[in-house]
Amino acid sequence: MALLSKKDTSLILDPLADNNPITIQVLGICSALAITAELKASLVMAVSVIFVLGVGNVVISLMRNIIPSKIRIIVQLIVVATLVIIVDQVLKAFAYELSKTLAVFVGLIITNCIIMGRFEAFALANGPWKSFLDGIGNALGYGVILLIVGFFRELLGSGTLFGIPVLGDPIAKTGLYATGYENNGFMIIPPAALIVVGIIIWVQRSRNPALVEEH
Amino acid sequence: MAVNTDKNSYTVIFAAVMVVIVGSILAFLASALRPNIQENERFEKQQNILYAMGVNENGDDAGTVNFIPTDEVEAEFASYIKEQLVIEGGKTTADKEAYLIDLKKQLAAKKKGQPYKLPLFIGEKDNKKFYIIPMYGKGLWDAIWGFVALDDTMTVQGVYFDHKAETPGLGANIKMRYFMDDFSGETILNGTQYAGISVAKGNNDPLNKEKDDNEVDALAGATITGNGVSAMIKESVNLYKPYLETIRVK
Repeated sequence: MALLSKKDTSLILDPLADNNPITIQVLGICSALAITAELKASLVMAVSVIFVLGVGNVVISLMRNIIPSKIRIIVQLIVVATLVIIVDQVLKAFAYELSKTLAVFVGLIITNCIIMGRFEAFALANGPWKSFLDGIGNALGYGVILLIVGFFRELLGSGTLFGIPVLGDPIAKTGLYATGYENNGFMIIPPAALIVVGIIIWVQRSRNPALVEEH
Repeated sequence: MAVNTDKNSYTVIFAAVMVVIVGSILAFLASALRPNIQENERFEKQQNILYAMGVNENGDDAGTVNFIPTDEVEAEFASYIKEQLVIEGGKTTADKEAYLIDLKKQLAAKKKGQPYKLPLFIGEKDNKKFYIIPMYGKGLWDAIWGFVALDDTMTVQGVYFDHKAETPGLGANIKMRYFMDDFSGETILNGTQYAGISVAKGNNDPLNKEKDDNEVDALAGATITGNGVSAMIKESVNLYKPYLETIRVK
């Protein structure tokens, strides 16, 4: 028997493309705007969300039969917040440098609507293993878009990737800058992320007409 | 056993139990990890202070910030920082643990009109004295802080900035070397005024060749964080002005 059944595989792969949380469900846009000005921040955020959503989905799934429906949203919030705080504290004690990089993301992870959305839509109704796969899949789908947006914004806005100059030196005018090319300052401000996400949505839907809603 | 999870009494009990469990986990974790976290924070402060006076492991490539490693920082701090002073109500006293003073609390006390202490560090490297002032201010989202090292002509020898929650890629870049390195060599004086150093947009000096204009080039997309840095420097140097006037070479 294979480790993952066909259905399990689709739990992971669907959110990467045809059911992507950002481009199809249009969730998690807020953090996609906030932290994609550079690739490194996008990567850190993606890894954090994969962890929190994977573990959080399992915890919620295990508790799904005992959570009172009236206060389930608050219970979900507490689970995310606790997980994030535990991770933050442990990192502060044992990997201080890393924790400083992550500090700014803590609040953004707790309020990420993809996390609440998956708890509500999937973990409350499915077993722990399926919930875990669903969590990982959706977080990967989110991470992929974050990295794509981060790649274009950092490259066009700052001329660097992961902080390493790839287009030459903009002040000494070497490399591509020698030809008169300039960094596009617009790309590093948040509205540029909306445009990049918009282009991704456009490309994705024109390649797969089944994704276009009928009116 | 089927539980009716819709009953009000169940909901209240569930909430109470959950709060107690989560609360105890977090409380236990916080108190178990506190010694480690505090030590990390202490080392970080020492690294930051040394960084400002140029004691760090930076290469010449103007790339990344490299502190003295944590396992060496305590010894290095003791050897480079010759004096730690506390300025309280015009009186200056030596205090070996002045670097542990939380400037945020002291500034809050000052605001309320209560007595407050200001820490100041005197470092010595290659027979040159550095007067290192801690700074604390507001960025766009949350607190920003740092250290500025001055010599006795009020010329900046080095700075270190850090922040709690500035935007990655924009305001968070105040802790990048290409921003911090610009401050070295600038004077904080304008005539006899303690003008500080402004983070200026469009000053037609992106390479920062003018060192006496009290200006460095701003970060694109981080206007408010930059203004916060300018305000923080100006406020801090004026706070320490009475002391600085006593050591300044006129």
